[in-house]
Amino acid sequence: MNTIPEKNFLNATRGWKSWLFTLDHKRIGVLYLFSIMAAFLVGGVFAILIRLELLGPGRNLMEADTYNQVFTLHGAIMIFLFIIPSIPAALGNFLLPQMIGAKDVAFPRLNLASWWVYILGSIFAVISIAMGSVDTGWTFYTPYATETQTSVISMTLGVFILGFSSIFTGLNFIVTIHKMRLPGQTWFRMPLFVWGLYATAIIQVLATPVLGITMVLLILERVAGIGIFDPAMGGDPVLYQHFFWFYSHPAVYIMILPGMGIISELISTFSKKRIFGYTAIAYSSLAIAFISFLVWGHHMFVSGQSQLAATIFSFLTFLVGIPSGIKIFNWLATMYKGRITFETPMLYALSFLFLFTIGGLTGIFLGALAVDIHLHDTYFVVAHFHYVMVGGTVMAFLGGIHYWWPKIWGRMYSEFWAKIAAAFVFVGFNMTFFTQFILGSQGMPRRYYTYMDQYQPLHAFSSVGSWVMAVGFIIMGVYLFHSIKRGRPAGNNPWGALTLEWETTSPPPTENFVETPKFSHGPYDYDKNVPERTI
Amino acid sequence: MDTTATLFLPPGGSTIAGEVDALFYFLVYASIVMFGIVLAGMIFFGLRYRHRQGDAAAPTAGISHNTKLELTWSIIPTILVVIVFFWGFNVYLKMNVVPKDAMEIKVTGQKWFWTFDYPEGANTVNELVIPAGKPVKLLMSSKDVIHSFFVPDFRVKMDVLPNRYTIVWFEAKREGTHNLFCTEFCGTGHSSMIGTVRVVPEREYAEWLETASNVGSDLAPEQYGERLFVSKACVTCHSLEGKSVVGPPLNGVFGKPVALTSGGTVIIDENYIRESILEPQASVVAGYQPVMPTYQGILKDREIDALVAYIKSLQ
Repeated sequence: MNTIPEKNFLNATRGWKSWLFTLDHKRIGVLYLFSIMAAFLVGGVFAILIRLELLGPGRNLMEADTYNQVFTLHGAIMIFLFIIPSIPAALGNFLLPQMIGAKDVAFPRLNLASWWVYILGSIFAVISIAMGSVDTGWTFYTPYATETQTSVISMTLGVFILGFSSIFTGLNFIVTIHKMRLPGQTWFRMPLFVWGLYATAIIQVLATPVLGITMVLLILERVAGIGIFDPAMGGDPVLYQHFFWFYSHPAVYIMILPGMGIISELISTFSKKRIFGYTAIAYSSLAIAFISFLVWGHHMFVSGQSQLAATIFSFLTFLVGIPSGIKIFNWLATMYKGRITFETPMLYALSFLFLFTIGGLTGIFLGALAVDIHLHDTYFVVAHFHYVMVGGTVMAFLGGIHYWWPKIWGRMYSEFWAKIAAAFVFVGFNMTFFTQFILGSQGMPRRYYTYMDQYQPLHAFSSVGSWVMAVGFIIMGVYLFHSIKRGRPAGNNPWGALTLEWETTSPPPTENFVETPKFSHGPYDYDKNVPERTI
Repeated sequence: MDTTATLFLPPGGSTIAGEVDALFYFLVYASIVMFGIVLAGMIFFGLRYRHRQGDAAAPTAGISHNTKLELTWSIIPTILVVIVFFWGFNVYLKMNVVPKDAMEIKVTGQKWFWTFDYPEGANTVNELVIPAGKPVKLLMSSKDVIHSFFVPDFRVKMDVLPNRYTIVWFEAKREGTHNLFCTEFCGTGHSSMIGTVRVVPEREYAEWLETASNVGSDLAPEQYGERLFVSKACVTCHSLEGKSVVGPPLNGVFGKPVALTSGGTVIIDENYIRESILEPQASVVAGYQPVMPTYQGILKDREIDALVAYIKSLQ
């Protein structure tokens, strides 16, 4: 019978101050976890409102101006407050030091600062809602963002501040991975989740400053009337798009790379099999990180950029697709001759493979110049990036949450309800977003408050899908929170995995390991070890 | 012949549409094959290597990699995407090389309507009339924020910018009407910034051009105004059922006083309506944003007279 260790990081110290000013990476990870869950809830409510308004053409629930604010807030909150910090800042923070056998990250104070900066940035973003909201779309395209009456400054200032939080986390992780691995754990004996975090951190540190500068320039233009992007003041609106996407395309990989890392862990653990092509997966993460800096122009094929530039960006875009494809095949091959079980985390991993493959393949459509001309700024693009962001990152995040939940709290959630919720989310997601591929290729433009009658049946179907997904998330919220106090104790290693975090207690002690861990086997040596499952 | 509508694509109405569709459907079928391989792999391995309770938990095979296999699944997709790149590039080139004999029409996008100026001096709002079987080049610019010109049936799209001209060209295959959408978010009326492209036979086009500047001369001013109210896009922002859209409703307002944002009050008479059409920011009704664009240069005096007469008649 498993028990919860008497002394662990959750009860080591007490009182709200011991949480808000903690230097323990695990507690900071938990703070982040609750913060991003709150952001996900708010962004999700906006998503449901969007789908309700689009149930039929014309006015259903709100005016056009309100709708424009709602879809802007959905995008801005989901991107900047939820999905960018989701895996690295919450799960990465909690797990990275444990996975490399360290007591903490390299700079615990910087780590705490990153959370506080995140909260400060979020406050600015939330204030903008109260101050009349923003109606520019999460991309803040100029000159619209220069001219609109809404509170663009507060929101962009929020985004600027949030960027620092992201940079702090990235910097911290790079140093931690370089300097704090336990003896014996060489680069190519690290878990692939750590490789994913490493590649992500590089992009966070190199790309985020460009977003910060762009936001400052936009604020200067609005406040001081300095003409940078607005042609009425002598600026160039397409320059803004170049700046914005120079960050925001690599940001897509900030979102997906750590998710890919989680998938490597899940597929290997639940197939009880050595990961296939470890080196290829590790290097493809780095390849994706570097090529991702060179493809931003594919968001701008119809923006007025030169045809030569568009052609070069199209070619590079196809190149960045290859390493992602390689990973998919590697994960599949990992299942070959495995000993596969289908607990909830594995269901999310398989959902990821299913949905991310569709997301990736539809990316090929959008990279092909002539086809993108037709599909750009339609619902096809909306469907594509939701398949990548939700079907990819969020599925990986949910898989990770269900996988490490017993490590964080020491207790199991209800496997039965978890499977039900996973089914609702998977079915609801496909209902909501697969229809949008058809809507888009039939010509339905995105960011439309109302639409022509011919698009109504598919829009209505998509809205019904969003309710199915919502039901899944509500069930998930209930059983997860219920399990924190009431779940049955999980033991050290409920899944029988080989990475280091499973060698310590659940929940771990503040210093992560009671005794200094020794590197005795690689993270995927299932050909030599059959770890005991504690549940 | 227009290509017919399919599950994914609307009917193609331009010469380029068939070529875009061919690549699109190649990608659809190639994607189905690739996705099928991944799905089949998941299902087969999942069933074949499923671990059941009670099975012995023995160590699994230590397959670390397989260079030949990995090269295969790297090189084949690379070849495929390079083919797709060149295919897409080839069609893109055709979309960008404007035929020398193309007729030119000036397009202006602004919140929230499209204006088309024809070489012979006619202009239309939200309806682009073009001859079938003749290449048409659009020289486009915006008066305010970025818009985007999108005709799904023609498979063409191009952003419309405030600080430079952008160009799009197409050749419609035969007569018919096609939707025109704005696809770059431009604010309150973004989803109402839609129009039509009407394709007519070449001879009919010449006749249309001649009469376009004299349309309505045979109608009573109120009836002409009623038609203009729709064709010049007033209806996008002004309701006739007393609802506030972007601008104030215009039914039953003539001759009544109205409060202004500047604080004063004005009686809505012929001169106020004329001023609001030509200098919309001069006296804005309280409770509304000063967002209406000027119609200076778009409407002729005769058309303004007709609109005044029409609004007067809405009692």
